[in-house]
Amino acid sequence: MNATAESYVTEDGRTIGAPVMEVKNITLKFGGVTAISNISFDIREGEIRAIIGPNGAGKSSMLNVINGFYHPQEGEIWFHGEKRKPMKPYQIAQQGIARTFQNIALFKGMSTLDNIMTGRFTHMKTNMLKQAIWKGPAEREESLNRDIVEHVIDFLEIQAIRKTPVGRLPYGLQKRVELGRALAAQPKLLLLDEPMAGMNVEEKEDMSRFILDVNDEFGTTIALIEHDMGVVMDISDRVVVLDYGKKIGDGTPDEVRNNQDVIDAYLGVAHD
Amino acid sequence: MSADFFYTVEVIINGLMTGVMYSLVALGFVLIFKASGVFNYAQGVMALFAAMTLVGIQTGQVPFAHLINTIFGTHLHKFGWEVPTLLAILLALGVMILFAFIVERYILKHLVNQDPIILFMATIGLAYFMEGFGDLMWGSEIKNLDVGLPQGGNIWLENATSDWADGFYGFYLDNLDMWATAIAVVLVASLIVFSNYTKTGRALRAVADDNQAALSVGISLRTIWVIVWSLAGFVALVAGIMWGAKSGVQFSLSLIALKALPVLMLGGFTSIPGAIVGGMIIGVGEKLFEFAVGPYIGGATENWFAYVLALLFLVFRPQGLFGEKIIERV
Ligand SMILES: Nc1ncnc2c1ncn2[C@@H]1O[C@H](COP(=O)(O)OP(=O)(O)O)[C@@H](O)[C@H]1O
Ligand SMILES: [Mg+2]
Repeated sequence: MNATAESYVTEDGRTIGAPVMEVKNITLKFGGVTAISNISFDIREGEIRAIIGPNGAGKSSMLNVINGFYHPQEGEIWFHGEKRKPMKPYQIAQQGIARTFQNIALFKGMSTLDNIMTGRFTHMKTNMLKQAIWKGPAEREESLNRDIVEHVIDFLEIQAIRKTPVGRLPYGLQKRVELGRALAAQPKLLLLDEPMAGMNVEEKEDMSRFILDVNDEFGTTIALIEHDMGVVMDISDRVVVLDYGKKIGDGTPDEVRNNQDVIDAYLGVAHD
Repeated sequence: MSADFFYTVEVIINGLMTGVMYSLVALGFVLIFKASGVFNYAQGVMALFAAMTLVGIQTGQVPFAHLINTIFGTHLHKFGWEVPTLLAILLALGVMILFAFIVERYILKHLVNQDPIILFMATIGLAYFMEGFGDLMWGSEIKNLDVGLPQGGNIWLENATSDWADGFYGFYLDNLDMWATAIAVVLVASLIVFSNYTKTGRALRAVADDNQAALSVGISLRTIWVIVWSLAGFVALVAGIMWGAKSGVQFSLSLIALKALPVLMLGGFTSIPGAIVGGMIIGVGEKLFEFAVGPYIGGATENWFAYVLALLFLVFRPQGLFGEKIIERV
């Protein structure tokens, strides 16, 4: 066993385990544009892993590779210690990877409750025929799913908007509902693409707290993309830094903060 | 109450019954449009093809008989058996589901992420292909479709209501229309239950709302496409049976799709309730207009009334009856 496979305990007493997700030498091209160039890193069980970097660095592309929206030209993805075959996004969701999007992707016509319920999709086993003929198991399953969804709603403190069509909610709440949908899947790995973008300070604080609580209470492994350096340094265990599709830093917030390449990238590139 | 009143009621009931049939055809369009943003030009031809297939199976026709006979010099026409109606309907449904698989596998799969206009063109191609393929498979002659539903006016109802007013001879309603209405109502109700209360139904709505999000929660787009095209095939089969039983299975059956267009303009392309209410409004509207105004302007208003009504509607409510108001972001 090599050094990286060992588990360790954080300052605040959480146990970080072996890598759940390993991306190895990933290269992703769109025509002439190389969005990701030979990048490797891992995400360990129970940790909050941040991916940072200037706009266009390839952060979202990386999440899209992990959840199967994009298929890299080169490289390997290892999940739970096994090399993953090329897969469709829905199959990857079934494996326990849930996500949110940089530009909110909710079911706008549905209520908060229904949106979060769709997060249970991969856990709904009973098929339609059974539902029609044999009510028992279907009802039990439905009520279990409802309990989990209600728990998520309580957890995120959005009881008041349960029945509201999400299209009518303000931006910050939509982000929260989207997080709720991902949480309802009880994922092994949760991917968050800029969960706090466009939020005011107070909303950011709420969201940071939710992310920390999810990780703490359910032990969920989280990879998140975030622009706000303060937030990143506060909540993440380890940070990987991308710039122009290349990895320029990887380590604890302190290590990354003192990395000269990272400092140059952030000073050299004007970003929003 | 006067005879005139009851005659008007009769016209309205007839309009409602016709309207339900329009709704049925419109539903086929809505199902596919909601789930994949495709306006399926082939929906009418699907109804024709489904009805031809049903007649062919029922009467024991040899598929591609003409082609086989030409190539091998044989004289095949019929197998010499008849398939019971219910079994034949199930088999025809099987053919429509197979068709859905083929459409997904050989057309949609290759057109993912293309512009809607490209997909629309593909369905035009599909429509003409199916039309020719149907003729090749089952022959192009007019066929008689008998699924055992009663035809003609309902005498019992007419007698029972004949003394409701002076000069009123009772409600004259067609048996087949009443059956068609009952079946369409059951079908529409089950579609609504299906879409609201089953896992697959929820998945359908999710896909209709946001593809990416649907994928991310574990929904397979390809499976959903097969399901919606199968559903649309099923709806086409039912519409084909009703219309085919009424006026024979022939090319004009595919034109019922044209009747669905005004319904869609009225009800919106993405709303199931819209398709239902839109169908009723068009059905009742055109029958009432023909009854009240038709005689003064030479009749045959049913050919164009629906379109004029839909156009007027478009001017005042372009988003349809139940659509959300479209406000352009600037
Ligand atoms: N679907 C796509 N098609 C073409 N180019 C893309 C696509 N997605 C991302 N890119 C390109 O890849 C690069 C990285 O983009 P992205 O991953 O969105 O960056 P970030 O999330 O770090 O801001 C950019 O140059 C972007 O234009
Ligand atoms: Mg991004």
